Amino acid sequence: MKSPNSPKEHLMVQAERAQGRVKELKESPIPVIYVGCATCGLAAGALETIAGFETVLKENGIEARIEKVGCLGHCYAEPLVIIQNPGFPPLLYQKIGAGEAGILVRSFLKDGSDPCYEYLIGSLEADENFPTLMDYPRYLYENRVVMEHCGLIDPEDIDSFLAVGGYSSLAQGLEKGGAWVLDEVMAANLRGRGGAGFPAGRKWKIARGIEKSSKLVICNGDEGDPGAYMDRTLLESNPHQVLEGLALAALAVGAERALLYIRAEYPLAVKIMERAIVEAQEKNLLGADIMGSDFSLEVSVFQGSGAFVCGEETALIESLAGNRGMPQPRPPYPAVAGLNGLPTVINNVKTLSTVPSIIRNGHQWFRSIGTEESPGTAIFSVVGEVEYPGLVEVPMGVTLEHLVVDICGGIKDGKELKAVQIGGPSGGCLPASLMDTIIDFDSLKKVGAMMGSGGLVVMNEDTCMVEVARYFTDFTQGESCGKCTFCRIGTRHLREILKSITVGEGRMEELADLEELSQAIIKGSLCSLGKTAPNPVLTTLRFFRDEYVAHIEEKRCPAKMCRPLIAFYIDLEPCARGCDACVACCPTDAIFTTSNRKKAIDQEKCVKCGECVYVCPPEYDAVRRVSPPEMIPDQGVEPLTEKNESE
Amino acid sequence: MSDNLITITVDEQKIKALAGAFLLPVCLENDIYIPNLCFLKGMDDPPASCRLCMVEIAGEDEPVASCRCRISEGMEVKTNSDEILRLRQLAFRLLVSTNDGSCRTCIANHGCELQKIAKFLHQPLRTKRLRHIDRDYPKFINTHPFLIYEPKKCVLCGRCVHVCGQLEKGYKLDFAQRGMDSIVSLFGSDLDPASQDCETCLACTEVCPVGALSSKVKWQSFTAEIEAKAKK
Repeated sequence: MKSPNSPKEHLMVQAERAQGRVKELKESPIPVIYVGCATCGLAAGALETIAGFETVLKENGIEARIEKVGCLGHCYAEPLVIIQNPGFPPLLYQKIGAGEAGILVRSFLKDGSDPCYEYLIGSLEADENFPTLMDYPRYLYENRVVMEHCGLIDPEDIDSFLAVGGYSSLAQGLEKGGAWVLDEVMAANLRGRGGAGFPAGRKWKIARGIEKSSKLVICNGDEGDPGAYMDRTLLESNPHQVLEGLALAALAVGAERALLYIRAEYPLAVKIMERAIVEAQEKNLLGADIMGSDFSLEVSVFQGSGAFVCGEETALIESLAGNRGMPQPRPPYPAVAGLNGLPTVINNVKTLSTVPSIIRNGHQWFRSIGTEESPGTAIFSVVGEVEYPGLVEVPMGVTLEHLVVDICGGIKDGKELKAVQIGGPSGGCLPASLMDTIIDFDSLKKVGAMMGSGGLVVMNEDTCMVEVARYFTDFTQGESCGKCTFCRIGTRHLREILKSITVGEGRMEELADLEELSQAIIKGSLCSLGKTAPNPVLTTLRFFRDEYVAHIEEKRCPAKMCRPLIAFYIDLEPCARGCDACVACCPTDAIFTTSNRKKAIDQEKCVKCGECVYVCPPEYDAVRRVSPPEMIPDQGVEPLTEKNESE
Repeated sequence: MSDNLITITVDEQKIKALAGAFLLPVCLENDIYIPNLCFLKGMDDPPASCRLCMVEIAGEDEPVASCRCRISEGMEVKTNSDEILRLRQLAFRLLVSTNDGSCRTCIANHGCELQKIAKFLHQPLRTKRLRHIDRDYPKFINTHPFLIYEPKKCVLCGRCVHVCGQLEKGYKLDFAQRGMDSIVSLFGSDLDPASQDCETCLACTEVCPVGALSSKVKWQSFTAEIEAKAKK
């Protein structure tokens, strides 16, 4: 059914109605409470927060609306709440549990007098009475293009997306045609955000050029890197932006079917996307004859079953076809012959989420952000030992130092930065001396790391780099599909060697084996899981070789992390008489009272869990960690007995 | 047909072959041996999983699996450069590092592809430098009425899975598990009438390059022989 209106006119009707609805909400005389309810917010207790608000609102007879929104990316401050109280600017609050919710209702909503500065981050709008978010480096230095609306709109209400200009890029694309969309994305040099950085436009062009009646576009949401959750946040917080990007890709390629491949471990993302598809179809923004044009697109969600390797596009296609998720040799590339032999374009969630902004603002605008070869922004999930972990969107071309120190507040607890692991298990470990490295696809590759999907783990001086390499190798070798020799057996040997080094059984000649194996795995593996798996090993060997040597030759773990190579003892000098915090927490009863009523550890019983380090009151700070274990000084401790007690 | 013939150079030897053919079988037919385990003649879609047949091709940055590389006019191939040799030797060492190495009591002794490749690459069948990795499986899997599978000998080439899939009633075996735990899983039991076809087929046992998959009848008479010898 084609309407006589153009797509733009069609959308205008929808958008005006949505804007009206949202404006009504914004200007409502009753307060509105927005609670971040993406997976991360829920994990931090957002549902308890909502329950807290509801109870106290009811108790006090206050009328207010509670709206669920997505994720702002500020993990350190969850649960996050935005309160829009008439007469005040919208205010953002951090770490609001049920108790804090009650206080906010009573002090701010009931009396309207105290906006509870103790929980406040700042105002979303400029205001003379409140600090604004722009007063914080985190907000000031970020450049939110893809995440612009994340955490501010309701992902389960299409109107909130339409009201901020949603689907206008698709309308524009429909008016100007697929070829124009393709040209814009080509000219923007949008590179794939899934890791490899292959230009999205080139993929599209290949598929568009193939004369086949049926083509397919797929959104790859099989995010599996440990510590990475950018895709999940985008799917959960702004699902329609992903759908708009997907529809634009389909338009450019000439596909009439689109799939979202989302891992089953993201149930909320699956639910939200499924709902978003239905909503968009109801408004004729997807489905048959979109916005009255002759372009139709059928979209559905497919759930991946938890294999990391299925993020690799040929394995993803195999799994869609119902086969074992094993990568296939390329060529043929999926853009030429993918699912069922049809041209299949696969793009990452972030790539597709970027497309609408390029269409809306033009390729010149996009190229003005970032660097010449890597235009646009990059989203990182910064985790580990930083002050303000979370999702950060920065323009490409900033340094690692800027990202970790200026934006994320540097290392927690006044410790030293030791290394960052960038690019997840396929990336590399870069030392503090390389923190001036520029973040873009090519610069990171030069130093042995990679952009990857955007995981960034920050590590301090207490992290053992051999253990880090072992951890990531353990992950990739566990996720190897088992098809090709190098990845299946080679990564297992890497892991075995690393494991033996961390327990003090390594041999020096095995360092050469690690290097030889790594190089061969990179050259010989079938797919990029294998081809990148040795990166953590090679980079740690390159930048932290002395740590490997210390483990092997001195049986010493310099970071004092590898358990078989460390021991704990209690320094009698600062240990306080009468305090027995450590005794209570020790799971193996290894801590005893000495003849002078201080504490000591029975090394035979100690399992080196380190609990005593954490519970020892900071004013005493008496538990010491040493490596190798023989470094424990002889303090001449004797257990307290009846005999020496009486002395 | 003759106008489809093109010329490629392999290790300075000029070879004429049909355009678009896979490189590995072309080399093998011209007496240029390239080690391989997972390839079978006539495959349309070789899995390229064993990684033993890697070669260097002028113009390519990285080594290429020859089993899947289609030849084109003027292609220049090196099968014996130092780098290729090292890569193959390592792939081979990796394969034997998980193998139980019981050649003398193996049904494939003297006919085993691994033995042939070991000779070609001048590599021992037990690697000293790499630790032996014992895969956590029993020595035999005996559930199928007509087949016996020895997982510790299996190199996971997938030839058996391929030929079985080609048969009309195919797919009585397939890969199961993943990574180092990958295994060929045999469907069928005494109770399952479908597995009766296997008795006369045994195609999978014929393509197995090592002694991992055998006909139960043959295997039983072979073990009886070995035991008799051992008693003597």
